[in-house]
Amino acid sequence: MRRGFDRRGILTGAAGLLGSALLGGCDRIAGSDWGRRTLTLGEDANLFVQRLLLTPTSLAHEFNEGDISPWFKPNGTIDPPDEGYKALAQAGFADFRLRIDGLVEQPQELSLADLRALPSRTQITRHDCVEGWSAIGKWTGVPLGEVLTRARLKPNARYVVFHCADTMEMAGGGLEGGDVAEIEAGDGAPNGRPIRYYESIDLTDAFHPQTILAYDMNGKPLPVSNGAPLRLRVERQLGYKHAKYVMRIEVADGLSGIGDGQGGYWEDRGYEWYAGI
Amino acid sequence: MIEAGVHPLAASTTRRSDERIDTVRRRWHFRHPLVIRAAHWINLACLAVLLMSGLQIFNAHPALYWGSASTFDAPLLAITNDETAEGAARGIVRVGDHAIDTTGWLGLSTAQGQSTGRAFPAWITLPANQDLATGRRWHFLFAWAFVINGLIYLIYGIESGQLRRRIVPRRDEVRHLGASIREHLTLTFPKGDEAKRYNVLQTLTYLVVIVLLLPMMLLTGLAMSPGFNAVLPLPTLFGGRQSARTIHFIVTNLLVLFTLVHVALVLVSGAWNNMRGMVTGWFVIETTRTSDPGKTFDPGTIR
Repeated sequence: MRRGFDRRGILTGAAGLLGSALLGGCDRIAGSDWGRRTLTLGEDANLFVQRLLLTPTSLAHEFNEGDISPWFKPNGTIDPPDEGYKALAQAGFADFRLRIDGLVEQPQELSLADLRALPSRTQITRHDCVEGWSAIGKWTGVPLGEVLTRARLKPNARYVVFHCADTMEMAGGGLEGGDVAEIEAGDGAPNGRPIRYYESIDLTDAFHPQTILAYDMNGKPLPVSNGAPLRLRVERQLGYKHAKYVMRIEVADGLSGIGDGQGGYWEDRGYEWYAGI
Repeated sequence: MIEAGVHPLAASTTRRSDERIDTVRRRWHFRHPLVIRAAHWINLACLAVLLMSGLQIFNAHPALYWGSASTFDAPLLAITNDETAEGAARGIVRVGDHAIDTTGWLGLSTAQGQSTGRAFPAWITLPANQDLATGRRWHFLFAWAFVINGLIYLIYGIESGQLRRRIVPRRDEVRHLGASIREHLTLTFPKGDEAKRYNVLQTLTYLVVIVLLLPMMLLTGLAMSPGFNAVLPLPTLFGGRQSARTIHFIVTNLLVLFTLVHVALVLVSGAWNNMRGMVTGWFVIETTRTSDPGKTFDPGTIR
C-alpha cells in the first residue's frame, strides 16, 4: 500500500488547498486586481451573448391590466433631499425642463407639457430589481428615440447619459443611505459635493421601441417615490438602469467622463453596466 | 482469508477437507476516464462557488414568491429577524404562517464577532460580507465554467457511451429497484462484477441530477434574466420569474441534499477506493469465493 499512501498525501493536500481557497482565499482573490479582472470575465461573456442573441427589436414581455402589482415597490431614493428638486415638486413640476444636450445638433429644453404632446407609448412590464424581487407596472411615456431624433445626434454619438435630481451621497462622506439631509442646490455644500444619480445606455437600447421616458405610472402621473416627474424605462435590463428623477440627458461618445468612468452610480460601485441578467 | 497476490494454491496445500476457504481476489478495474474525473472535480468547485455566491445574492432580498411578480406581504418563505416580547433580537424563518426561531444560523448570526441581521450567515456566503455586486460576479463567472464543463461532460459522455452506462438503467435493473433500495438502506454494497456497474438506484439518481436538476438550475437562472426573457419567454415555463427564482432555490436545496447523501455513501462504501477511483480512475473490485467443504479445491474456478 505504499503507492496508496503517497496518493493519500496528495489528496489530503489538494483537499486542504481547495478548502482554504474556498474559505479564506476567495475574498482575497476578489480584492486583488487580477482577481477583479478575472471575475468580470463572466460579465463580459454575458454581454457578448446578449448582444449576439438580442436583436434591436426583441421585446420584453408585456402583461395585462390584471397582472399589475397592487403596490409598485419604490427602491433607492424615494424622496430626493435636494432643495432644487423639492421646489420643483412643490410647484407640481410646472417649472420642470428636461434638457437634452451633448453630441446633438439641436439641444432641447422640454417641459412636461411638451413631452406629453409628443407621441407616446404605454406598456405593462415587469420590473426586475438586482436584489431579486419583481413588480409589474403600467408605464406611459415618450419613446426616447423620439426625443433623440428631434435633437438630431451627431455622428460620433455612442451613449445616452441620464443625469438625475437625487443626491445619493456626498463626495467625501456624509448622507448615508436613507438619511435624508437638507442639501443646498448647487455645489460647495459644507460637507462636500453632492453625487447625484446617473446612468447610461447605448444607442441600441436608446432606440429600442420599449425604451421610454415615462411620466405616468398605472394611468396616473408618476409619484415622487417612483421617480417623478420623469423616469427611464429600459425594459430588457435590471431596475437600477431605470433612472428616476431624470433632469438632463447628455449624448456622449464615451463613458470615461461620467462619474468614476463605469457609466452609472451603481456601476461605479461594482455592478454591471449591461444589466441584462 | 487469502489476501490478494497470494496464489490460491498456496492455501489449498495445507487445508483440511472440512474447511471452508474464503478467497478474496482484488482486481483493478479502470472505472473513470480522465474527462469524467476532471469534469467531476471542476463541477464540484463550480457548484461550491455557485452555492455560496448564490446565497450572497439571496441575502439581498431573502424572500421567495410564486408567480411573475413579488407579493411582498405574502411570501412563500422569508428569512428575517425581529424582536421577542422581551426585546431580544432573534432570527426567524417564515414559511407561510409558521415562524421558526433560527437565531445563530438564519436571519441573525454572528459575523466578525458582531450579531448581524442577515439571512444566510457570513461563513457560507461568498463574499463573506454583504456585497451583492461581487457575489454576482462570482456567480456569473462560475456559471459559465459550470456550463462549459457540463457541455464537455455531456458531449464526451454521449460520444463515448459512458453516459448511457452511467445514467440509463437497464430494463432488468428497473425490476430490481426494490432490492436496490433495500441494499442502500441496509448499507450492503455489491461486490464482484456487480460493483463494476452503477446499480439502478445510482443510475436513476445520476439521471435525475444530470438530466433534470442541473439543467433546471441553468434554465431557472436564465429565466431570471430580463435580457434573456426578450429572447426566450423562459419564465412562462416555470410560472413566472419569481416562481423561477423559487425553483432555483428549491433545486439548490435538492442538489445540496444529493451531495450530502452522495458523500455519505462514498464514505461508507469504501471511501479510499471510491476516492482513488475518481482521482486516478482505478477502482478495486473484490471477488470472494467460498470453497465447498469436502470438494477438491480447484483454483481454476476462481475468476
